[in-house]
Amino acid sequence: MCLGVPGRVVAVDGLLATVDFWGVRKQIRLEVVDEPVQPGDYILNHVGYAIRRIPPGEVDATLALYEELLKHAEREDDLMAADIKSEIDGAGDERQ
Amino acid sequence: MSGNDNGFVELKFRDPVRARALSETLARMTDEIGRSPVSIMHVCGSHEQAIAKFGLRATLPRNLNVIMGPGCPVCITDVPEVDEGVALARQGVRIATYGDMVKVPGTVLSLADVQAEGGRVDVVYSVAQAVELARQSREPLVFFATGFETTAVATAAAVLSDPPANFFVLSAHKYIPPVMEIVAEMPQTRVEGFLAAGHAATITGWGVFEPFVARHKLPVVVAGFEPLDILAGLVKLVERIRERSASVDNMYPRCVTKEGNLRAQEQLWKVFRPIGGRWRGIAHVPNGNLRLRDEWAHLDARQQFDIDVARLWDYAPPALGHECICGDIMAGIKSPVDCALFGKECVPHSPVGACMVSSEGTCKIWHQYGGHPDLGGYGAVCAR
Repeated sequence: MCLGVPGRVVAVDGLLATVDFWGVRKQIRLEVVDEPVQPGDYILNHVGYAIRRIPPGEVDATLALYEELLKHAEREDDLMAADIKSEIDGAGDERQ
Repeated sequence: MSGNDNGFVELKFRDPVRARALSETLARMTDEIGRSPVSIMHVCGSHEQAIAKFGLRATLPRNLNVIMGPGCPVCITDVPEVDEGVALARQGVRIATYGDMVKVPGTVLSLADVQAEGGRVDVVYSVAQAVELARQSREPLVFFATGFETTAVATAAAVLSDPPANFFVLSAHKYIPPVMEIVAEMPQTRVEGFLAAGHAATITGWGVFEPFVARHKLPVVVAGFEPLDILAGLVKLVERIRERSASVDNMYPRCVTKEGNLRAQEQLWKVFRPIGGRWRGIAHVPNGNLRLRDEWAHLDARQQFDIDVARLWDYAPPALGHECICGDIMAGIKSPVDCALFGKECVPHSPVGACMVSSEGTCKIWHQYGGHPDLGGYGAVCAR
C-alpha cells in the first residue's frame, strides 16, 4: 500500500508505542521514525512501523481525510477502506 | 443533481468551491497546452484508488489522461519471484507474506494454491509479525518480502533488530524511481509528467526525483491522497507542462520534505542494495529490485535454501495467460477496458493476471469503482 494511516500515541516503551486508531489500540514500532515520539503525538503507521511524526499543525487535516475515506466505504469490500483497515490491523496487538 | 454540477458533491470534496475552481483551472490550462490528449502518469495504487473511488476522472477535462503506471507492488512482482516463494512452500518451508501476495499467480501456481495442497503459508500484516512467528518455533520461517521502498524500510528495520536464527527473508522488494526512467524512455510513451506518491516520498524525500527531472526534463509533483490534494497536484503538473519547466514540486509538505526520513533511508540501504531485475510486464528495470546485501547472507533465503523452481514448470500454464495484458496496463500503455478478459474471465474471485489480484491493481480498482467516466456506475459517483 502507498498509504500510511494516522494514529495517536498513547504510551511509549523503548522502541514500541501504543497507538490509538479511532478507538482501536495497537503496538507500533519506532525503529524508523526520525523524530522522538511521545504520548499525545500523532504518527503515520505503515505495516506496523511509524514512518513519520505528523506535525501538530497538520493533524486535523490528516485525520479528516482518513475519516472521510473510512466513513464513505459504502461497500464492505471498498478497497481504500480495506487498505486503511489492514494498515491498522497490521500493527501488533495491544499489550497492557 | 444538475448536469452543470460536474459532480462536486460534498461526499467527495470537503471544499466544493475550491474543487470547482481547481477543475476549471485544470481545464483551461490543459486547453492552453494545445496538445490533445496530455498524458500524466501516477505510480501509486492508493492514488488510483482515490481517483477511481471519487470519480475524479469524470471531473477532469477530456483532453487530460491520468494513467496509472507500475505502482502496484504486488502486480509488478514477477513470475519467477512468485515461483521462488511457491517452490519453497512446496518444499515444506513455512512462508509468511502480505495478504495480497497469496493469490498472485506464478508460472502455474500461487501461494494460495500451495496452501490448498497443504503448504504452510501465513498471512501477516507486518514483517514484525513474521519475526514473532519465527520466535515461536524452531523451524525456519521465510518472509516473502514484497512492496516498494516504504515497505522495504520495515523489512530493513526487522533485519536490523536481531531477529531469531530461523527467520529468513526472500526479498522481492522494488524501488520506484528507476521505473519512472524506464517509462520515460519507452518509445510509445506519451507521458509528459509524473504524479508521485506522498507517503513513499515521506521516506525518500522529494529530492530523489531531481536527477530524474534533470535527465528527462519531465516535471514531477508529489501529491497527497485527498481528492482535493490530487486535483491540486494535477493542476500544478499541468501548469509545469504548459510552462515546459522541468521541476519537482512538493504539494504535500505536511508529510514530505526534500531529504525525507534519513533514519529510515540509512536502515534501508544498510540492508538492501539495488540491482537490476524484471518487473512483471515491464521487463528489465536497472536498480529496480532490492536484494539483501552480502552481510545478511545468513538470513537471505536465496543463499540459505536450494530453491527448486524448475519442478514447478512440469505443469501446463493457465490457458488464458497469454491473453492477459497486465504488462501493458502496468506500463500505462493500455487500460483495463482494452483487455478482452476484463470483467469476464478475469474478475476478482478468479483473476487471470496480477492486476486483478491486488487491492492496488488497476484492474481490481476499475472493477470495483469503475475508473472510466464512460463506464458509469461507480466511476461517476457524482452521477448518482
